[in-house]
Amino acid sequence: MKTLYDKIWDAHIVHAESGKPALLYVDLHLIHEVTTPQAFDGLREKNRKVRRPDLTIGTLDHSIPTKNIFGKITDEFAAKQIEVFRKHCNKNNIKFFDIGADHQGIVHVFAPEMGLSQPGMTIVCGDSHTSTHGAFGALAFGIGTSEVEQVLATQCLQQTKSKNLLIRIGGKLGFGVTAKDLILHIIGIIGTDGANGFVIEYSGEAIENLTMEARMTVCNMSIEAGARAGLIAPDETTFEYLKEKFYAPKGENWENAMEYWKTLPSEKDAKFDKTIEINANEIAPYVSWGTTPAMVAPVDGNVPELSVAKIDGQSYERALNYMNLQPSQKIEEIEINRAFIGSCTNSRIEDLRIAAQIVKGYKVNSKVSAMVVPGSQTVKKQAESEGLAKIFTDAGFEWRESGCSMCVAMNGDFLLSGERCASTSNRNFEGRQGRGGQTHLASPATVAAAAICGHFTDVRDWKFKDNGLWFLVFGL
Amino acid sequence: MQAFKKHTGKTAAIFQPNIDTDQILPKQFLKRITKNGYGNFLFFDWRFDEQGNEKPDFVLNQPRFRDASILLAGKNFGSGSSREHAPWSLADFGFRVVIAPSFGEIFYNNCFKIGLLPIILEENLVAELVEKTEKIENYLLTVDLEKLLIFNEKNFSVRFATDEFRRECLLNGWDDIGLILKFEDKISEFELKRPLWTFFLNENKEQ
Ligand code: SF4
Repeated sequence: MKTLYDKIWDAHIVHAESGKPALLYVDLHLIHEVTTPQAFDGLREKNRKVRRPDLTIGTLDHSIPTKNIFGKITDEFAAKQIEVFRKHCNKNNIKFFDIGADHQGIVHVFAPEMGLSQPGMTIVCGDSHTSTHGAFGALAFGIGTSEVEQVLATQCLQQTKSKNLLIRIGGKLGFGVTAKDLILHIIGIIGTDGANGFVIEYSGEAIENLTMEARMTVCNMSIEAGARAGLIAPDETTFEYLKEKFYAPKGENWENAMEYWKTLPSEKDAKFDKTIEINANEIAPYVSWGTTPAMVAPVDGNVPELSVAKIDGQSYERALNYMNLQPSQKIEEIEINRAFIGSCTNSRIEDLRIAAQIVKGYKVNSKVSAMVVPGSQTVKKQAESEGLAKIFTDAGFEWRESGCSMCVAMNGDFLLSGERCASTSNRNFEGRQGRGGQTHLASPATVAAAAICGHFTDVRDWKFKDNGLWFLVFGL
Repeated sequence: MQAFKKHTGKTAAIFQPNIDTDQILPKQFLKRITKNGYGNFLFFDWRFDEQGNEKPDFVLNQPRFRDASILLAGKNFGSGSSREHAPWSLADFGFRVVIAPSFGEIFYNNCFKIGLLPIILEENLVAELVEKTEKIENYLLTVDLEKLLIFNEKNFSVRFATDEFRRECLLNGWDDIGLILKFEDKISEFELKRPLWTFFLNENKEQ
């Protein structure tokens, strides 16, 4: 009896021999400026062509500025990289979204919102957070540049099959607890290598109740637990989201696709190599205190003592030292001076709605500099038309253009040494947001609240100044 | 790809767990368009202070480890990003082998693609090698991929395992794209069977 992963895998085998990796067909190849120019160069050297430009689509996201986007890019390396990327896309007849273009955005934000990520597909990108697209029941994973070159040249990839891990999340997320808290909770339990060698399928009541955007947040961070990919079975929520999207099948094609998509979920008695049960009722809003996404604590808790931290002493000391924190320090007493709402984990419209709901009627704390970087131009325009942008700017947030921005700090947005940031992104590694910068990962709600208070606070007790229109979104 | 059969070289140890790709090659160096020239930026924030001066106590800055070509690392080495820039920088610095109890999966994969051999070895064995590296001046190891053996003439020998197919590719220095293109017929056949509702992004192509 097959799992969802088994089914997608089997449906994409071009060639298989025992003892060798299988050759899998790739349905969609997403590219961006950081990991592709070198691959194009490799093709040119060997005089090879892009096999399927029509299954390849690009965007600029990692190293582009998110303000004054049409000005000159002063970083000469970034400017060169972008120029080379454009040149190769044009030469190879590959569609891509340039700076300021209608659908430009973070690669894992623009593709789903255009309906490119669909159930049952294989999707790859030279970026580890490609796991995001697994929210649609697609097998989606990150690859290195040599593999990008392979896919450009052959539309196939040599792959060894991973094992199946089921994470079943029963119960319901409490008020104020979001998908981000759920995934931080899971990584906190299983560790950053807890899913090494596995593809995770998330299931259970809590997952079924999530919106597509929240499911993307969960799948996005699967890689932080070491998984090859994360998957969620397609269901009515998936179909409803996809319907009418730009690249979604239409008319009769839609009917046929639906018929196929409905056959994809794991069979009842499918065999998983490992199963983990989680109870959603127990999950609190989380904040990371250390330098890996597994070093997390409930917002109403403390920086753990070594004896309960589930990590070795050396890593523990090093993390606390880097973060400049003390054992047992209360999370709510950690003061921040920067706040970042953005990244492929949490920069979709729903994330911004949740954050705006917290922010409405308040002002950003005078010690904090805060910004919102929407995931795509589409999100940006929608947030502007819904009035969210105004809520943020009225409160004192900077409102930016779309891109990765301070998630990876390659574009000129970064933390100075010693600055402490509440961030909705996915990685809190040493120096990730700038050398010597201290990153605390949390949900958009928690980050928005921290920006206002100047320290972390439990959003479950938030005094909303407006609990009108979008309240439901937050209650999920 | 550069073939790998057998290599003898000095070891250096950075034996701490969860060294991620942001540490191996910080992102400010990802803005290049070539596959080489990253060696100077390897472990940049650990090797250099904010003024760009070498930190003398960092392992790879110590004269006895500068020319090491076998890196001993802690578990989950190379977790994080898919950037191949991380293995490129190790190779460019002069490493040919990385030995660790476990690796980030994409990193592990990427190493094979560029001829850098990642070896998974039990933690206590890595620890033993780390100790020898620290105690014995100019500690040399030989890694023989044909015989699947890691040894020092005097005091160490252990077999290791690796995926058979990847081993063959490395031993021969095969180009995977060349290998895949041998299945051209099968790829074309597969393409004909893809369902009709799948999209095409480029209107200029026949649909
Ligand atoms: S937002 Fe951050 S994690 Fe996501 S693709 Fe960009 S750099 Fe990577």
